[in-house]
Amino acid sequence: MAAIDISSVGKIYNGGVRAVTDINLDIKDGEFIVLVGPSGCGKSTLLRMVAGLEVISEGTVKIGDRAVNEVEPADRDIAMVFQNYALYPHMTVRQNLEYGLKNRKTPKAEIDARVAEAARMLEITQYLDRKPRALSGGQRQRVAMGRAIVRKPAAFLFDEPLSNLDAKLRVSMRGEIKRLQRRLGTTSIYVTHDQLEAMTLADRLVVLNGGKIEQVGSPLDVYHTPASTFVASFIGSPAMNLVKAELQGDRLAIGPSQISLNGYAPTSGAVTVGLRAEDLRVVSSAEGMPFTVEYVEELGSQRLAHGLVGDQAVTIALSGEAEITDGMRLSIDPSKLHFFDAETGKRLDARAPATAVAAVAEPVA
Amino acid sequence: MYRTKFSDHLVLILGSLFLCMPVVVAFMTSTHTAADIHMNGLSLAWGDNFIATYEKVLTQKGGFTGDITGARMVMNSLILGVGFAIGKIVLSMMAAYAIVYFRFPMATLSFWVIFTTLLLPLEVRIMPSYQVMSDLGLLNTYSGLIVPLLASATGTFYFRQFFKSVPEELLEAARIDGAGPFKFFIDILVPISRTMIAAIFIIMFVYGWNQYLWPMMMTTDESFFTLMRGIKSILQVWVGSNIPDYNEAFALAVLAMLPPVAIVVIFQSWFIKGLTESDK
Repeated sequence: MAAIDISSVGKIYNGGVRAVTDINLDIKDGEFIVLVGPSGCGKSTLLRMVAGLEVISEGTVKIGDRAVNEVEPADRDIAMVFQNYALYPHMTVRQNLEYGLKNRKTPKAEIDARVAEAARMLEITQYLDRKPRALSGGQRQRVAMGRAIVRKPAAFLFDEPLSNLDAKLRVSMRGEIKRLQRRLGTTSIYVTHDQLEAMTLADRLVVLNGGKIEQVGSPLDVYHTPASTFVASFIGSPAMNLVKAELQGDRLAIGPSQISLNGYAPTSGAVTVGLRAEDLRVVSSAEGMPFTVEYVEELGSQRLAHGLVGDQAVTIALSGEAEITDGMRLSIDPSKLHFFDAETGKRLDARAPATAVAAVAEPVA
Repeated sequence: MYRTKFSDHLVLILGSLFLCMPVVVAFMTSTHTAADIHMNGLSLAWGDNFIATYEKVLTQKGGFTGDITGARMVMNSLILGVGFAIGKIVLSMMAAYAIVYFRFPMATLSFWVIFTTLLLPLEVRIMPSYQVMSDLGLLNTYSGLIVPLLASATGTFYFRQFFKSVPEELLEAARIDGAGPFKFFIDILVPISRTMIAAIFIIMFVYGWNQYLWPMMMTTDESFFTLMRGIKSILQVWVGSNIPDYNEAFALAVLAMLPPVAIVVIFQSWFIKGLTESDK
């Protein structure tokens, strides 16, 4: 168990391709960190630098109090779970679990105890004498996790461990990983491209894009206050609607429609506005934005209506029974709008003026 | 659905007859006496000389010096075949391991240098090889028979392709599990290569077993003669009114065929796996 300190870490591959730029991340002891981002964003590279499978080109990685830049993977006191499990195909499950301990010259009695404990925890005791090829994907994944657990490392590193499983198994394994991590209290770094996995597992999310950190925060923080249009579109399902709009004083113009902001406007001029599908309401008054439905996705508990506001694509989430008609009008609580700079995509904070307005408004009420 | 017709079977039967007949003829002929063969030619019928011929071939001391038996020649051939196959596998696995898993200057270049030697048959380098062996005093030894043939581009190439298909994560998992280069090779790579090893063993054993030119140059001492040379020396006695011992030549040929056939039969399931399946 240990904290991991990543400071100014960068990766430049042979040939000058830069994969990761200036990553600073303080991971507390026992924390579950999820690195999330689209493919090619450098999340795996970052994880592999912590693991020692990639050379760290710039900066320092510390595990506990020790800088590990020059330390072999085996001596970093970490364990890794791979996407394709990477079990040794010619060894039985038991031998797979034992191998790392044997190489460390752990006494036989201790090995047996640890293997038995891990097997019990993961419910793979009855498979201990099978070869990996006689196991299903989920069972293999458990063995791979067992191989990490028996080592009792300072940190677990997960490299998209659930991507090869089917959807249902993925959900249950997700729960199990979370439970196991809670129980063992081992610092963990988990890489995924699945935002749902990231949201449900993380104590803190790290959203990466193009080799840089876009945002670090708890899942809800990231969800409610995305730091950029990239994060906004990446976290949450369905993705946040991002539309071009114009701030005119206290009014927001989206195409031909106008929304009154009640003092939430952070700036003026052209902005990108983010609207969560579930924050949009269908209203009957003529105030709302006209919405033309193009097609509907039925999710059972929800219906997602995809359509246009003005000429910009917008998706709204409605309850399962809600009626969908032509000529619907939409409105949104101004406090739930997200404003982003039209050029840079960075968040423009709407909170400060909003509270100011509220404070002024209070005595009047 | 396609139903097999009689003509399909006919083609297959003719094909197998075509391949099997020479072997059958050789075996049947070997059971006749030399004089019989000389008068009547090849024979498809069972002769009555089977035991006598094979006993003589295996145990009678013959050759120029008169102390080399057929059994001894079988032994020599086995030593050459097995030593050759095992040596080649060990060397080419290690070479392929170095080429695939270690970054060293000009690794790709050295691979292609090894690979181009595939194009050169043994016969091209037979004189220099002989000179080297002779200077080392290895003429008429088993080492001299085997060692110069060991460097193998074919084996290295096969193992290189195989190692390249082993998932990278296996190496990484082993590194995290604390296995160094040596342990990874012995504990992981060798066991998962075993079907490949079996396939190469068969190919190389048969190749080594059938070596003719190199043993002939390397060995003048008859106690190192291999079966292939033995067959030849039997047919070399055509002097005066001697009839060559055709029956013995055929018997030796049949004997020479048995070990490779046995090896292929024993290892064939592994052989096919090794060349086709990638179970990693």
